[in-house]
Amino acid sequence: MNSKKWRLNMPDKNYEPKIVAFFCNWCTYTASDLAGVSRLKYAPNVKVIRIMCSGRVDPQFILQAFASGADGVLIGGCHPGDCHYSEGNYKMLRRFRLLKRMLHSLGIDDERFRLEWISASEGEKVKTVINDMVEKLKVLGPLSIPKQINILDEELKEISEEHSEPLTAREELSHV
Amino acid sequence: MSDKPKLAFYWCASCGGCEESVVDLAEDILMVAGAVDIIFWPVAMDFKKNDVEAMEDGSIFAAMINGAIRTSEQEEMARLIRRKSKVVIAYGSCAHMGGIPSLANEFTRSQIMEYMYQEAPSVVNPEKTRPMLSFKHNSQNVTLPEIRNLVRTLDQVIDVDYYLPGCPPTPKLLKQAVLTLLSGEFPPKGTVLSPDEALCEECPRKESKPSDLSFTHFYRPHEILIDKTKCLLSQGVVCMGPSTRAGCEALCISGNMPCSGCFGPTSRVRDQGAKMLSSLCSNISENDETGIDKILDGIPDPVGTFYRYGLATSLLRKKITEDV
Repeated sequence: MNSKKWRLNMPDKNYEPKIVAFFCNWCTYTASDLAGVSRLKYAPNVKVIRIMCSGRVDPQFILQAFASGADGVLIGGCHPGDCHYSEGNYKMLRRFRLLKRMLHSLGIDDERFRLEWISASEGEKVKTVINDMVEKLKVLGPLSIPKQINILDEELKEISEEHSEPLTAREELSHV
Repeated sequence: MSDKPKLAFYWCASCGGCEESVVDLAEDILMVAGAVDIIFWPVAMDFKKNDVEAMEDGSIFAAMINGAIRTSEQEEMARLIRRKSKVVIAYGSCAHMGGIPSLANEFTRSQIMEYMYQEAPSVVNPEKTRPMLSFKHNSQNVTLPEIRNLVRTLDQVIDVDYYLPGCPPTPKLLKQAVLTLLSGEFPPKGTVLSPDEALCEECPRKESKPSDLSFTHFYRPHEILIDKTKCLLSQGVVCMGPSTRAGCEALCISGNMPCSGCFGPTSRVRDQGAKMLSSLCSNISENDETGIDKILDGIPDPVGTFYRYGLATSLLRKKITEDV
């Protein structure tokens, strides 16, 4: 067997992690607004998606984010007991606990997937959580799932390029 | 040869159950054999690759390919059959979603080779011999197909027109599929030839499914005496019914076993495992981490539970490794 090896995590000091964040409308998104109007500076690596409730985060969204090239996924919801819809954040917590186990066994580091309770008044916490996550992801290096799949799919080209020359009868026999 | 439509069957990485299921048509197989010419079916009839190569492109009316694509040979044959066929049907869970063989995507190829040819308890291999792609023997070149790095679904390798789900598809679905194709009224490309609703809809225990499920414990089937009349989820058994497509008429449940998800998701769901995980977890009775984790210990292998038939077609497709 040929065992080509590709190192994905080449050290690169310019590497900037990409984080997809799902923030609930009532607490964490409002907190990130507060961080903005308070002119708190936090790392620009995060793409925030506003959702009505952390309970609306379908695990498919999280997997899709990773599969599309995110290095980390952050979910922000209201503190336990504070959910605008009474228990959406508990639903998220329950999914988070199992999804984390599953992602772990699929080789995705625990640091890459994070759930934080951030209330509307905690603009400072938005800043510290994001900065902290970016630092940790920089240490881990890129996840690059689309790149990994592309590299693996290179092997599919071997045949399509060389195909369609039928083997001669003699070559066919040599398999026996 | 007559001018009846030509039908082909081929077998890639799968257990052979799909081939068996064709024979399970019983007397209906005579109806199929009367309506079509089976021109390629390696498991049952003596045709060679050369015979297929000699056919005109597009001359096969429909080809049913079962099994995941795992070796260079399967890839080559799938491409060849695609070229020769008007309609290609991914037959069974492995061709449709990767099936059980695609759980190999939890490991790298070198890990698998290491185990199969070295570490497995029944293997004695002090010279550390590994399969070679080619080998000269008495001036003859002997070759083997290459095992690929990833197990793939059929549609990750070739263009697929329809999917016949199931491990294996039921004779009823196969018969319907053949009749539909012969009628000339083709469903839209990409259709999964099975009802597009959740299995719960056709489950005989549907009435006993509570509207407010609440899990205090998860059991695997051998850990509990299952009540034959009640919804399995209400008994704490992980039944994939809610996130699995209907069409099998709840065969496993009739045998008092939970659904394990072989029909794949409905058309509204992209990732069957994630959806099932979501549905189960939302209904856990606890609110704090310790309590939740204790209940979740009842699902020791989430990947094997939720992606038993579909790791290759899941969003992540494989275990992420530093070295590919």
